[in-house]
Amino acid sequence: MPVTQTENGPVWRLRTPRARLALWAGWFALVALTVWCWQVMTRDTIWLFVLDAPQQAADIGSRMFPPRLAYIERLLWPLWDTINMATLGTLLGVVIATPIAFLAARNTSPSLLIARPIALFIIVASRSINSLIWALLLVSILGPGLLAGIIAIALRSIGFVGKLLYEAIEETEASQIEAIQATGAGGAQLLNYGYWPQIAPAFWGISVFRWDINIRESAVLGLVGAGGLGLQLQASLNVLAWPQVTTILLVILATVVFSEWVSAKVRHAII
Amino acid sequence: MLTVDALTKTYKTGDKALRSVSFTVPKGQVLGLIGPSGAGKSTLIRCINRLVEPTEGRVLLGDLDITALPAGDLRRARRRIGMIFQEYALVERLTVMENVLSGRLGYVGFWRSFLRRFPGEDVENAFRLLDRVGLIDHADKRADALSGGQRQRVGIARALAQDPELLLIDEPTASLDPKTSRQIMRLIVEICAEQDLPAIINIHDVVLAQQFTQRIIGLRAGEVVFDGAPELLDESVLTRIYGEEDWTAMRRAAEEDHHAERDAAERMAGMV
Repeated sequence: MPVTQTENGPVWRLRTPRARLALWAGWFALVALTVWCWQVMTRDTIWLFVLDAPQQAADIGSRMFPPRLAYIERLLWPLWDTINMATLGTLLGVVIATPIAFLAARNTSPSLLIARPIALFIIVASRSINSLIWALLLVSILGPGLLAGIIAIALRSIGFVGKLLYEAIEETEASQIEAIQATGAGGAQLLNYGYWPQIAPAFWGISVFRWDINIRESAVLGLVGAGGLGLQLQASLNVLAWPQVTTILLVILATVVFSEWVSAKVRHAII
Repeated sequence: MLTVDALTKTYKTGDKALRSVSFTVPKGQVLGLIGPSGAGKSTLIRCINRLVEPTEGRVLLGDLDITALPAGDLRRARRRIGMIFQEYALVERLTVMENVLSGRLGYVGFWRSFLRRFPGEDVENAFRLLDRVGLIDHADKRADALSGGQRQRVGIARALAQDPELLLIDEPTASLDPKTSRQIMRLIVEICAEQDLPAIINIHDVVLAQQFTQRIIGLRAGEVVFDGAPELLDESVLTRIYGEEDWTAMRRAAEEDHHAERDAAERMAGMV
């Protein structure tokens, strides 16, 4: 107990002496671990390479600059592909994730013993694999191209959207649901009148946020053959066309800034 | 007419919330349900429309045994029972009109309700109810833009939109100030009188219960320990329901509150 009795009355401290000792030991262990990890990390480092890192960086930097802006012309189509890949992938992901979220949420799941664990497993499985890995798998299954990219984006989005959405469903106010139930509403009406109004802001916020992330991810999916800007990036890297690489990075940056702006606007509008 | 017969509710944890509760509410009677927190008032009200599933006993609405109904029939029975909640339980992000019309959900199909295309007479009736509770100008506002008293009025209109044969009212004044509480209670009692509606009102405030109800049931630890006219609620009965306390002092305090309120109201009226 943090309260101890002394002659001058009770004394209150946040932690007991044992908890204080444990906390101190914990911090000490953390510092020790950091020092040890640093030694392991640097054991195989060839310091000669690190020493000339600034020169190497400057060398690549000088080759990348100035960017070949004329190359943008040939990037517009891949850019369009990238945006479509992100948007369609997000749509598909959200459409699949929404029913899964209702199955996974404790308060709406039809069965806590069967449906909920299955839904949670789908969510975890989708989240545990990066879109790039999904794309790698799908390119070898479906062949290279946009379709593989769209499905990879969708598969990764299911977990993200599903998890955040089911948490939002679990946070809905039970009294509002109860009130709709008490009117004699059916199951679909209960979803429409009781749950949907409560989760709608979260739903739109999550979807737009995921779209924003997917724009970034779809820009690199081309690296494994899923089409879009990434494909151009890989092609340029392969022929060491550094000014083109710079241009592609600038285009990606501009796209991400744009998607960020859109998602901020949308989220502002729904709150 | 509502008959509750030997209703018992035992929660999974083994807590006995209700122990063989029986009573009958005739048409038009406003019944106050009082008792300390945890006495089972909320559970009792929710067992009647089976938002909480009773363990034993029966609930009869007219001749219909609600406790025996399968899910589909239960839905049809629920629309005959209007419910008004503590903290209003409006769907905050829907408009006042949508909230009132949600009282019709048991009567219209999914697509009509989804597209908000309720039958004309339902909408007309909703306007009439909003007028009755004094909110006709607020139909288009979102529910979360209203004050507490206004929200509870929407709650009342929603329950009435069901065209109910019985009202279940759970702590209607718990989050309202004393003056608004009285206005809400008066409105409920007036409407029940107009439509000859029976109502069961869960209420914490003994003084308010005595002032507005025709009959009081006292619940303690899931058992009925008093059932009678409000006038019969004396100190010994209150002790039986709530345990030892200085009841005369509480009454005096309530009266003082009441006087103070009236004084304040007069003073403010004078200032204007």
